[in-house]
Amino acid sequence: MFDPDVTSPLDDGSPAITPVGPVSRAIIRCRASDIDLVSNRIDIALPRAACRSVQDSGLSALWLGPDEWLILNATPADSWVSELSARLDGALCSLVDVSHRQVALSVHGPRAEDILATGCALDHSIAAFPVGMCTRTMFAKAEIVLWRTGAANFHLEVWRSFARYVEALLREAESER
Amino acid sequence: MLIIRCPYCGERPELEFAYGGQAHIARPLQPSDQNDEDWNVYLNLRANPKGWHSERWRHIHGCARFFNAVRDTRTDHFLATYKMGEPAPEVPST
Amino acid sequence: MTTTLFRTGSGGLIDRSRPLRFTFDGKSYSGLQGDTLASALLANGVHLVGRSFKYHRPRGIMGIGADEPNALVGVRRDDARYTPNLLATQVELYDGLDAVSQNRHPSLENDRMAVNDRLLSRFIPAGFYYKTFMWPHKAWDRLYEPRIRAAAGLGVAPDKPDPDSYTQRYAHCDVLVIGAGPAGITAAMEAATADARVILCDDRAAMGGSLLSAASVTIAGKDSSVWLDESLAALARMPNVTLLSRTIAFGYYPHNWIGLTERLTDHLAVMPAGRPRERLWQVRAKEVVIAAGAIERPLVFPGNDRPGIMLADAARTYLQQYGVSVGRRVAIVAAHDSAYRAAHELRAAGIAVVVIADIRSRPAVANPPDCAGTRILSDASIEGTTGKLRVTSITLSAGSKRETFACDTVLMAGGFTPSVHLFSQSRGKLAWDPELQAYLPGQSAEAERSAGACRGRFALEEALADGMEAGRAAARSAGFATGVEVHGPAVTVSHPIGEGGHIGATSSSKGAKDKAFVDWQNDVTANDILLAAREGFISIEHVKRYTTTGMATDQGKLSNINALGIVSEATGRTIPEIGLTTFRAPYTPITFGSLAGRARGDLFDPARVTAFNDWAIEQGAVFENVRNWKRAHYFPRPGEDMHAAVARECLQVRKSVGIFDASTLGKIEVVGPDAAEFLNRFYVNAWTKLGVGKCRYGVLLREDGFILDDGVVGRLAPDRFHVTTTTGGAARVLNMMEDYLQTEWPDLRVWLTSTTEQWSVIAVQGPNAREVLSPLIEGLDVSAEAFPHMSIADAQMCGVPMRLMRVSFTGELGFEVNVPSGYGAMVWQAIWERGKLYDMVPYGTETMHVLRAEKGFIIVGQETDGTVTPDDVGLAWAIGKAKPDFVGKRSLARPALAASNRKQLVGLLTRNPQIALEEGAQIVSPSAPGTSIGHVTSSYHSSVLKKSIALALVRGGRARIGQILHVSMPGGSIPVGVVAPVFFDPEGKRINV
Repeated sequence: MFDPDVTSPLDDGSPAITPVGPVSRAIIRCRASDIDLVSNRIDIALPRAACRSVQDSGLSALWLGPDEWLILNATPADSWVSELSARLDGALCSLVDVSHRQVALSVHGPRAEDILATGCALDHSIAAFPVGMCTRTMFAKAEIVLWRTGAANFHLEVWRSFARYVEALLREAESER
Repeated sequence: MLIIRCPYCGERPELEFAYGGQAHIARPLQPSDQNDEDWNVYLNLRANPKGWHSERWRHIHGCARFFNAVRDTRTDHFLATYKMGEPAPEVPST
Repeated sequence: MTTTLFRTGSGGLIDRSRPLRFTFDGKSYSGLQGDTLASALLANGVHLVGRSFKYHRPRGIMGIGADEPNALVGVRRDDARYTPNLLATQVELYDGLDAVSQNRHPSLENDRMAVNDRLLSRFIPAGFYYKTFMWPHKAWDRLYEPRIRAAAGLGVAPDKPDPDSYTQRYAHCDVLVIGAGPAGITAAMEAATADARVILCDDRAAMGGSLLSAASVTIAGKDSSVWLDESLAALARMPNVTLLSRTIAFGYYPHNWIGLTERLTDHLAVMPAGRPRERLWQVRAKEVVIAAGAIERPLVFPGNDRPGIMLADAARTYLQQYGVSVGRRVAIVAAHDSAYRAAHELRAAGIAVVVIADIRSRPAVANPPDCAGTRILSDASIEGTTGKLRVTSITLSAGSKRETFACDTVLMAGGFTPSVHLFSQSRGKLAWDPELQAYLPGQSAEAERSAGACRGRFALEEALADGMEAGRAAARSAGFATGVEVHGPAVTVSHPIGEGGHIGATSSSKGAKDKAFVDWQNDVTANDILLAAREGFISIEHVKRYTTTGMATDQGKLSNINALGIVSEATGRTIPEIGLTTFRAPYTPITFGSLAGRARGDLFDPARVTAFNDWAIEQGAVFENVRNWKRAHYFPRPGEDMHAAVARECLQVRKSVGIFDASTLGKIEVVGPDAAEFLNRFYVNAWTKLGVGKCRYGVLLREDGFILDDGVVGRLAPDRFHVTTTTGGAARVLNMMEDYLQTEWPDLRVWLTSTTEQWSVIAVQGPNAREVLSPLIEGLDVSAEAFPHMSIADAQMCGVPMRLMRVSFTGELGFEVNVPSGYGAMVWQAIWERGKLYDMVPYGTETMHVLRAEKGFIIVGQETDGTVTPDDVGLAWAIGKAKPDFVGKRSLARPALAASNRKQLVGLLTRNPQIALEEGAQIVSPSAPGTSIGHVTSSYHSSVLKKSIALALVRGGRARIGQILHVSMPGGSIPVGVVAPVFFDPEGKRINV
């Protein structure tokens, strides 16, 4: 488990925006020809389809690019990435621990799409951005990863130093009447 | 704001992209074999057409891939976008 | 409360049970809920609302909407909320509204600047500024411009920060319909019925457009008002439809990107807490239907600008929509059949219409509405008007007969100009329709179509059917199936709008004594335009700029077409031969607030902070901005200024130990079997032989051979490197690495991952650095032998993972502790507590800069400026000489980059050690004091060396060591000695301990 002292730049939650607790994260990069091998070693099938995700027994694999995936582990542990790395020994790929590079927010509820629309230029309608879709994009002047985990649930990842900025803008959008 | 079709992610808003200059300018395999004039051409000389232009973009705030595009510099209309390494489409005469 | 003498007894869409009080220029009036400021003023008999821009002539309300040129007002809510230059025709009335007129000194009724009109106007013709204020040059800045600005002002900008909030949102739809008149409503309905996502916007409070003022009209067997209510209610019920009233489409940008501003609170007497004032909508539409309607055209005749002279259909709308009589005795000058409709409806409301002067020989339609009892003149000529602050008479002639009619209102029915502004902004090509005498949308450049009056379908029945067809076509193009063809609803109209219209000046304008205005807001007359034509301005673009016609805030909505007509007649060319000026966004003025949105104050830009930010704030750090980062600049103790704090911090680092937040440095993990080969090709250095656990200082060039970035690279494993970059260069270097990997060397098996924010970096520097850290480190021997300078290893600290680098940017024994950012604050605190045993100081970026300058270490961007090679700054040793290629290598061999007289990095010492040179100061040789040979790149007081030190780039500098040069300073040039650019511990003894 993570040390209990792990700190987050984020505030406590509000009705539609809540920080997501500590998550272990890794970036995997590999060529298309090695996807199957890497998937087998880490026990989750890296999605090949652009902007799509796979969830399997506590792990999530988010397609970020044709050779880049963000792996999230909802049961965080400092040692997880090095364990993964050992299992990947010999596989042609790059595995890098980014657990602390970014933090996550949940944007949820009936106004989730409207709140995101104040800063993100993508079409968030369920037809254009279905459940399971994930992508890097921009929220105002900060890069984020946006992942739809439910009809009214979005998981938003943002680099740590931009977190307060994104959170503050989301809260302003939430407070609009 | 333009809509640009990333060959990997589909149509996305321009703010996710970074412009990457003229396309199809390969770095010489042996730069040290280049004379000064050839190297100058590689380094500095670029087309500036009024009309169709082959250019590089990077979906930097998306899948992070570089790709090529053919855009009309008069209208901002794209003829095509295509992956690095793929052949350039036939460009209509301007 | 004054009585509203000009309100009709019944009718209109105002709420007669809800009176509202308001003031205009301090005088109190009463209006009704549903009024605009303009309709409420007219209901009180107030036409005079402004003074004109140049001549300060009295001006009245002319129109009904966005085209109004005269009724510019300021609205004040409180001390901080004052909005100038609003159109009274668009300001919705609320209880307590406080409006003031503009451009008058001291009052509307008595404006001393009106002398411009009476006495000076013949001296201020078209191009007056160009001709007059040419000389002397200096007078322009000091005299002419300030005077002109003071005299001309349109409104006064508020001087306090805007207390309101503004919001923005992106929106996507299949069909965006702009304008909720008859065509827009049927277009939206058809597209929505086909299941398309539809946004329908309209700039007015109520949707309906011309239907809001329709009288005796039925649609599909119902009164038009019933049909309108039912249609809007049906649209509102559809979940795929968004209705946006009070929302103006101001800009049409490439790829169907449309800017809308929605006014959320300006119409409310009390601003609800938390509600933004405006919302900027940035809409991406698959298809756009422009249903922007048409703009009524004024007639150009002498004296056509007196208050009480207004557009005829506007007057009819004031009557039907607001229950307002614009006057008691009305004269109508006509070039279009709509004059007869207006006359009929005004007469039906009990208003006397004294004359209809048609400049045509007869109405175009066979049976104009019944106007029995009203004098109708044919082939009329409009000779002039009288009246000081309100029109009192109009003089007309027909045949040989000249006649003056007493009146309090003159209505102009010049025809209708299709509103092609947005179509033209979309880069669509306009086409001149000789039959309609109008520019209409021609070939589209975007996925859009126009419908209704904005493409010349003026008759209601045509507009409704046109909207339906446009809506269906838009839905089909967006990929939706539409049902079988249907016809527009059956329509009965008692008084059709008719036909006709006139473009240009009327016959009496030429040579008339009184001015015949073309552009009311910029005070441009028919004679001004004729003068421009005589002076050789043939292009309409030149005429526009010379006369300023169409260049006011209304952008010539009323004037442009008449100006074209005048140029056409004067130059003997047809209107399409002359062409058009470019329509530009915004269609109407928009607020800066809406464009800024939430990007104000702390949220203007992301303020990037590290894990130690809160600690630094507690310690009283002063921060500086480095790109978006907030970095601790120095840590003053009570009573210390920057100089004192930095002097103390430097001494303590060299004497004992200091702690520094280096988290902002860029970090990239380079992984893969070809990682070393990639770095070989990318950096100037040789990497193959770098051992695991070792670091090396790397220099990165651009392909042109100049330094782009630098940083320390550590090898963690044969196939894994930890690369650091400068703070500002992090994103740039990663992008350039990806560029080469993806486009030049896709064969290399290597991948990049940014770890900049994964790691918090705590630099501990100073002779006691090892003593401070070693008890906290688990699983790593950091003794001098086991972990020498330029080592790197993964271990643990305080029970969490740590990546330790032994590096120094200070010249002292130094370590950089990398820990996962979530643990950063905890580890920092542990080091800080331990450091107290050694009087450890926190230091900021300023001390870091001084310490490295004492050692002669460059900072990219300070010693380099994009024209500096490695050799220029003494880094040629870093270049892997045996490598066949690396980025920039070929350029280093170009003659200019290998020349011996290039600027080279040297140190400078002043004779007086207390004087620090100015960074950026120019350097000259005493033998050639007129020629700069370099500049100071860095300069500091060194508390350690007890003297000032400076780094500089000097032409042929290394050969000048020992010479005396001169540096330009504010008090004159001073001599400096040129020395080697290392001031402290040149042997590096302090690092290797």
